[in-house]
Amino acid sequence: MDFFLSLWSFMASRGDEIQTGLIEHSIYVVSVLLSAGLFSITTGILTRRNVLAKELALSITSIFLTLPSLALFTIFIPLVGLGFAPSFIALFLYSLLPILRNTITGLDGIDYSVLDAARGMGMAPRQVLLRVQLPLAWPVILAGIRVSAMLIVGIAAIATLVAGGGLGDFIKDGLARLPLANSLESIWAGTLLCVLLALVIDLALQLLKRATISRGIR
Amino acid sequence: MSTPLIRLENVTKTYPGTEAPAVGNLTMDVYEGEVLVLVGPSGCGKSTTLRLINRLIEPSSGRIYLHGEDVTDIDASELRRKMGYVIQQVGLFPHRTIAENIATVPKLLGWDKARIADRVDELLELVSMDPKSYRDRYPKELSGGQAQRVGVARALAADPDVLLMDEPFGAIDPITRDRLQNEFLRLQQDLKKTIVFVTHDIDEAIKMGNRIAILREASEIAQIDTPEFILSDPADEFVENFLGSGAILKGLTLKKVRDIDLHDIPALEMPVMRDEALKVLEQSPEKTAVLLDKDHKPLRWISEASLNRTSQPIEKSGKPITVDLQPEDTLQDALGVMLQSSVGMAVVVDRKGKYLGCCSIESLASLIIGGYGAQGAV
Repeated sequence: MDFFLSLWSFMASRGDEIQTGLIEHSIYVVSVLLSAGLFSITTGILTRRNVLAKELALSITSIFLTLPSLALFTIFIPLVGLGFAPSFIALFLYSLLPILRNTITGLDGIDYSVLDAARGMGMAPRQVLLRVQLPLAWPVILAGIRVSAMLIVGIAAIATLVAGGGLGDFIKDGLARLPLANSLESIWAGTLLCVLLALVIDLALQLLKRATISRGIR
Repeated sequence: MSTPLIRLENVTKTYPGTEAPAVGNLTMDVYEGEVLVLVGPSGCGKSTTLRLINRLIEPSSGRIYLHGEDVTDIDASELRRKMGYVIQQVGLFPHRTIAENIATVPKLLGWDKARIADRVDELLELVSMDPKSYRDRYPKELSGGQAQRVGVARALAADPDVLLMDEPFGAIDPITRDRLQNEFLRLQQDLKKTIVFVTHDIDEAIKMGNRIAILREASEIAQIDTPEFILSDPADEFVENFLGSGAILKGLTLKKVRDIDLHDIPALEMPVMRDEALKVLEQSPEKTAVLLDKDHKPLRWISEASLNRTSQPIEKSGKPITVDLQPEDTLQDALGVMLQSSVGMAVVVDRKGKYLGCCSIESLASLIIGGYGAQGAV
């Protein structure tokens, strides 16, 4: 009970820092989701007719996911310096696989007869893609985006180690000052805020899903 | 006949990596307003042939003509918009409403909204679906039969001259299939579309086709002719085998009760006296009469024997008539009714149920012996 009270007072006294942390963290999530989403969906579309290209793209993106996150955040420092850039690159590479895999699964999973009918009625390839394939694959793609979003919220906490800011700052500070006063509180504050941010983002994606997926395939 | 609406000329399709062509040097004409059925065993290339017409499969060689114009090299999407396309799995867009599905081609052609909305309602009514209750539903809410109705409506949306149908009723239960076939035949009477229809079911081919092309491997035409002619004069053993036994019986579906001469069996109208009845029966060659009620509806078969055997009142003697035929029924229906009937005949009535006459096994047999080809060629 005492700990909750001290955690609460710790957080109440760090309003500004919390705000900064949340904003920095959110910037990572949004910018990475947008860029990785665009990249992965495009890659999925471009490779959809070529099994070899598809497999290659999946293999490469899954390699990124096996790299230790600490390493991935640091190896780009010589190229781009400290701060936002190396963190962004690491998070971008991490979030490719779930979206790419789901884009490919979503496009592959469309009932062949629907595509046959679409072409048979005289839709040009681009119209088939935009009016039939992407809308039908979208629920699966969006599920991939959600997985990536959760992944980014968690891993973005490491950005602090390359001076990238975010909610990881609380955790790192706490860790550095352990077992001094407020150190544990700081770690918990960072963790809870990450969970909270994840929930909010998940909710936002749920709303996006409601708004963008046709009632016919919900 | 006039110039063909669709012409395939020496069309060959060979898939890369295979030696034997899927379609080998096929030349085939489809005339305006006819239903040409492509039928053959699975793997004979009938679906491939259909898909060559709208170039969903591009021919390896040969030319395709539409309205006499070479369309082998024009933009394939443009070509397809001029042809309705219906497939067995229907392929409705699940993320779009029924109305949006039907509007697909009009939208591609850039019709304005009001015109599209009117056309959608018109088409839903055409396929016997209430526009108000179905317009805004999604495909997942439809039964298989309803989905295919929408499929047909969608294919007809921009009023194409040509309809290509690939086993459209193949995945539907037999009862619904029969109903859809009949509805479709009725529609076609008004629409007079040029239709190429693929099926593996010879009975469906006989029922739907003005002409039938029986295909063997690599889409080689074994015989192409009217169903009547093919049934009465199969070109070779392959066709004979494909028609199967009972080609004559299959032919019965082609003819209607009104095509045969009705047997004049005397009718007795209630109320009738026994003596009067006996007199009529004596003159009847079959020694049988049909007892009618006041509204001329047939009630019972009356024979001399049955009248003499009992002292029952006349309306209780003889055998009851439980099933009757209408002139629109096929001879196959008639045969069924006759075989069930106690006297080997079937009663024919008009729409209101009034007695018209009887048809007998003999009249059927004489039609069969006379040959379908001679009587039925279009």
